[in-house]
Amino acid sequence: MHSLFTEPFLTALLFGAITAGVPLLFVGLGEQISEKAGVLNIGIEGMMLFGAYAGFVAAFYTGSFALGFVVGGLGGMAVAGLMALLCVRLGMNQIVIGIGLTLGAEGLTALLHHFQFARSYPRLEKAPVLEIPGISEIPVLGPALFHHNLIVYLIVAATFAIGWLYKHSDIGLNLEAAGSKPGALDAAGVSVVATRVGAVLATGFLAGMGGAYLANVGAGLFVPFMTNGAGFIGIVLAMLARGKPYWVLLGALIFGISLAMTTALQVAGLNIPTDVVQMLPFAMVILVLVIFGRHSVLPAALGLPYVRGER
Amino acid sequence: MSAAPEAARSQGLPPTLMAGRGRAVAAAIARFLLPILLALVVGAVILLLLGTDPLAYYTYVIRRGLFSWLGIQATVTRMAPLLMIAAGLIVAFRAGIWNLGADGQFLLAAVITAALGPALIGSLPDWLTIVICFVVAGLVGAVWSLVPAFLKVRYGINEIISTLMMSFLGISFANVLIKLVFFDPGTTVPQTHTLPVEDRLPRLFGSTIHSGILIALAAVLIVHFVMTRTSFGLKLCVVGANPRAAIHAGLNVGFLTYATFAISAGLVGLGGAVDILGVWGSVRADWNPSFGLLVVPLVFLARFHGLATIAFVMFFAVLQVGGESAAVRLGVPTFYTLVLVALLLIFLALVEYLDYRRQVRTRS
Repeated sequence: MHSLFTEPFLTALLFGAITAGVPLLFVGLGEQISEKAGVLNIGIEGMMLFGAYAGFVAAFYTGSFALGFVVGGLGGMAVAGLMALLCVRLGMNQIVIGIGLTLGAEGLTALLHHFQFARSYPRLEKAPVLEIPGISEIPVLGPALFHHNLIVYLIVAATFAIGWLYKHSDIGLNLEAAGSKPGALDAAGVSVVATRVGAVLATGFLAGMGGAYLANVGAGLFVPFMTNGAGFIGIVLAMLARGKPYWVLLGALIFGISLAMTTALQVAGLNIPTDVVQMLPFAMVILVLVIFGRHSVLPAALGLPYVRGER
Repeated sequence: MSAAPEAARSQGLPPTLMAGRGRAVAAAIARFLLPILLALVVGAVILLLLGTDPLAYYTYVIRRGLFSWLGIQATVTRMAPLLMIAAGLIVAFRAGIWNLGADGQFLLAAVITAALGPALIGSLPDWLTIVICFVVAGLVGAVWSLVPAFLKVRYGINEIISTLMMSFLGISFANVLIKLVFFDPGTTVPQTHTLPVEDRLPRLFGSTIHSGILIALAAVLIVHFVMTRTSFGLKLCVVGANPRAAIHAGLNVGFLTYATFAISAGLVGLGGAVDILGVWGSVRADWNPSFGLLVVPLVFLARFHGLATIAFVMFFAVLQVGGESAAVRLGVPTFYTLVLVALLLIFLALVEYLDYRRQVRTRS
């Protein structure tokens, strides 16, 4: 077994963990914002997938990865806009609409992909990498942690920024109130609907960027149904993180490792059916829920539309 | 989660069509048909944008799925597993539980059935093999829902996420079983042994339709009867509508929750058995019809009503079967059906919302 723990193996494992974990970090952080504000965003899988498609199309036709991320984010936000209109503004059932949006994004992206790319399956070139001078030379850790696209460092920084916002800004407090005591927020003269709409749109933007990362950096191409439950794992991360972004970061890294196992084990020469490895993240979610389930906390008003004066 | 019971409450029973008041009948029909109509219209716009003539597509789909003998046989055959899943979902949704893990429950039960059937058929009579397969498939589905049930009863964890996770897990696990345990060494692509055609569920009246459709129709009707006309069904509905009230009424909410999960997932598992024993006889690796989430909107559209569910499942089966031949002939992939279902779900919620608003306005 000692041959497993060679330098290339560990580097591949850690590098893969980051690549696989970053999309989860995006959706986990996004879902956390929605849930804080009291919206259970089941449609996040669809937002992520639509972002992946939009981001890929943008990057493919312009050749710009940066534009790919922005358009991916906007794509996710477009789906989120529908969710905000139907669930927050009109107060329709969040779960039914969430499933509907996810199915719709799956069908629509697969359909569009079929007409545009199904014959050619075009690939993007490798995403530009920003090596951080000095620390990227450290053995194992350097190439694994500091040879990534700029967006990776940005989203990690954003994790801490969001943590600060939650604690020390009006926005954070409004979000919190919109989820746990929407009536109080309303009484304080802040619109619950506007707060939640903002939260859902932010979620869509983050989920869409996560999807764009998955397609453009992770895979280099768009494949129908490629998110394959990553959005749902994001929901679990948000549930277990109890409103703390740092826990989402940690969770995304752990899930990233379990996802990266396939490639890493193949590098090490072990051949395990991909299905076994594909089970890992979901088995882990279940295990984590069984063990730490009692500690997962959701806001009081989660899933309920806000109607003024109603209890 | 209180969203599910709320949905159950606002949906309630569909107004009976025998009410005799023209306006009520019209309103009921509008509530059923309007979402379908809107979805078809928006779907047509999407087809137009993709450069396909929507009218040609729809007529082709209906002709192929409904107005040809081959098509109608395929449609009715397709209805069997869908109806079993629908029966399972009706139980769960009426009891306020979001069982979104049907895909995993269905596929695992299908794989176990496909492994068990050919193994038993040599030593046991046909009818006994089929009975054993059904029992085991139901149990497999039920067992796969135990973890979400436990998490919900013990820690109050929302079953939406846990059933979805178990579903993904089940789909991969089913593939692992085919590739590592139950594979038929005589085939190149990994798949289970095949149940001979003559040992499958008997066909009806010389057609290709198998008798599983009768089981499925019976399942939906029995579920409807149990959930609306028996004290057990009423207890489940009370738990779904208001768990706290259920506790005060002295109901054993924990037990009833476990029972709901087990019955719901068990019925979905039976759906897997019906499809394997009736149509396929074996399961190939990476086969996944992913019926689970597609049936959800149909059950909602039917407002959890048994007869209405049968009608909508038939509508959907026509779309799917016709859509499959349209994919070959007109070049519109079957993903389009997915888009239609999504549109249906969204317009369904919208029509329901508008209807609710209208009711509030007339009351005040």
